[in-house]
This record gives sequence, C-alpha cells and structure tokens, in this order.
Amino acid sequence: MAEAKPFAEVAARLRDGRRILVAGCGGCVAVCQAGGEHEAQTLAEGIRLWGGKQGRVLEAMATAVPRQCEPEWVDSLREAVAQADAVVSLGCGVGVGFPAEAFPQACVIPGLNTIFGGGTVSPGVFEERCAFCGDCVLADTAGICPVSRCAKRLANGLCGGSSDGRCEISSDLPCAWQMICERLAAFTPPKDWSRAENGGPRRIRREDLFV
Amino acid sequence: MVEVPCSGRVEPALLLKALNDGADGVMVAGCLEGDCHFLRGNVRARRRVERLQRFLPEMGVEPGRVEMFNLSAAMGTRFAEIVTQMTERLRELGPWRRGPVRDEEVGA
Ligand code: SF4
Ligand code: SF4
Repeated sequence: MAEAKPFAEVAARLRDGRRILVAGCGGCVAVCQAGGEHEAQTLAEGIRLWGGKQGRVLEAMATAVPRQCEPEWVDSLREAVAQADAVVSLGCGVGVGFPAEAFPQACVIPGLNTIFGGGTVSPGVFEERCAFCGDCVLADTAGICPVSRCAKRLANGLCGGSSDGRCEISSDLPCAWQMICERLAAFTPPKDWSRAENGGPRRIRREDLFV
Repeated sequence: MVEVPCSGRVEPALLLKALNDGADGVMVAGCLEGDCHFLRGNVRARRRVERLQRFLPEMGVEPGRVEMFNLSAAMGTRFAEIVTQMTERLRELGPWRRGPVRDEEVGA
C-alpha cells in the first residue's frame, strides 16, 4: 500500500524537464488508489497546472501498465519513455525499480511513498497485514500476523499492556495477540487439568505385575 | 457546460484538465444530498472536490477555483445565482496561468 508523495517533492525532481511521462501501475497501488491510471492522469494534469502557473508549457502524459514489476509490461513503455525528459513512476518501490533498470538513460522519479503490505479493510481504509519477515508463522497464529500487527512484534503471546482486547499503544488498535489467542482457543479446547497433580500424589496400579 | 450522468462521474483529473484547457475555474453541480439516483455519487463528488481543493495550493493554484454545489433540476434561479457568484469569485481571482495560453491547448 502506498501514498502520494507531496507534490512539491516530485515537482522539485522534474527540474527543467518539459515532457513528463507519468506512468501508473494497475497492481496494488491501483487498489489503494494511489498509483493507478486515474491517479496518473490527475498527477499529469497537476504537473501541467504547476508548469502553467510558472508560465511554462509542460507536456505531461499519463499512461499505465497492468504491473510495473514485470519486464514485459515495462518494455511496453519504451517508446513513451524515450520521448520523455522525466518519468514519474507511480509504482510501489519495486515498480519504480523496474523501469529505472530497463531504461538506464531515463530519469525515473518515484511519485509514491510505499508504506506497507496490506489490504482494504473498508472503502478508503487500508491496513498492514504482512511485514515480509521471510519466515511466515501464520500457521501457528491462526492466520493473524503478529509481526505486522503486534506493536512490539512479539512472537510468543501478549504483553502486559494488553487490556480489554486493545493494544496498549492505542485504544483504536486491537491487540493482535488477544485475537490470536481467541482464535486458537476456538480450534483447541482448553487443557484438561483433572489428571494433573491437583488430586494429591498420583499412583499407578498394574495388577499383572503383582506377585 | 459538460454534462455527465452523475456528479459521481467527476474525477479530479477532469477538473484539472478543464483548468489546463483554459478555464479559470470549474464548478461541479450535483443533485441535492439524499437525492442521488446512484445513491451516493454526489457525496463522493463533494469529497473528491474537497480533496482537490487541498491539492491545488501544492501547485500554486487557489483552492476556490473548483467548487461543488448541490441543487435540483428545478432550481433554475438558484443555479443562476450560484453561477453568478462563482463568476464573480473567478473575476476577482483573475486567470490562474502566467503568460499566454497556447491556442492548441484551448478546448483540446
Ligand atoms: S509472519 Fe507475518 S510478516 Fe511474516 S510472512 Fe507471515 S504474514 Fe508476513
Ligand atoms: S498489547 Fe497486544 S498488540 Fe499491543 S504490543 Fe502488547 S501484545 Fe502486542
């Protein structure tokens, strides 16, 4: 998931470029409506406006490919890139890197800040769900990721700050470990302690061994 | 005047394009809130216009150059009033662009 960089930051990188290509990406950044085709069109128009405001006539073209992280799609940008003085990529950090490598002569500028791996929890709200730790533990944590969703990235259960199912850093945030424990309890019933030491010293009788 | 099926169709790029193509400002006229044939198109249009109003100063352009109004098809007098107000506002602001507009950009 990503967010637009402040316009001034992108504009500063354009320097004296006159022909600007804004390349959107139809993948994850289109889902969070930061870097899809519509956002590319908006930014291209914004760049023209910014230029016009300074008395400069800028040609800003918008385009988009289904995914900027695939060489075949990136290659389809070749002609448009060749004609541009600067390319603003609205891909995530991965997406920016592919055209930058494919077109070594081009000035490729990131238009977004890539923030996290997540999804849409309700229209307009996107949340982190994976921190790309490289050793997924979801099978042991009932499908809820403690690495990305526990504020302390705890690995073995909830901390003392968990209260009423909320994380101690914010009452808006569910405690990931509380959620994990509740879900695990639904799969695994509580342990039966009746056979433990609570009934006093234990004794085993094996009559076949009697003499 | 650009007609669209619903004000919910209006996206920021469209409004910016109007400015780039020579308009001094753009107003979006949507149906009254609660009266949208597509349920919430006019509410979403307003949110987009408000977001664009926050974005415009980043490009050095006054936010008041885009505006959203709600009115019904039966409110002709109110429409005239709003248009007059908007025209006055834009007259005060003057053209947003520095330097001449290129012919080929107008009405593109
Ligand atoms: S444990 Fe969490 S951060 Fe690690 S791979 Fe699995 S979902 Fe991603
Ligand atoms: S309250 Fe829960 S989510 Fe927050 S840091 Fe402690 S264990 Fe992690």
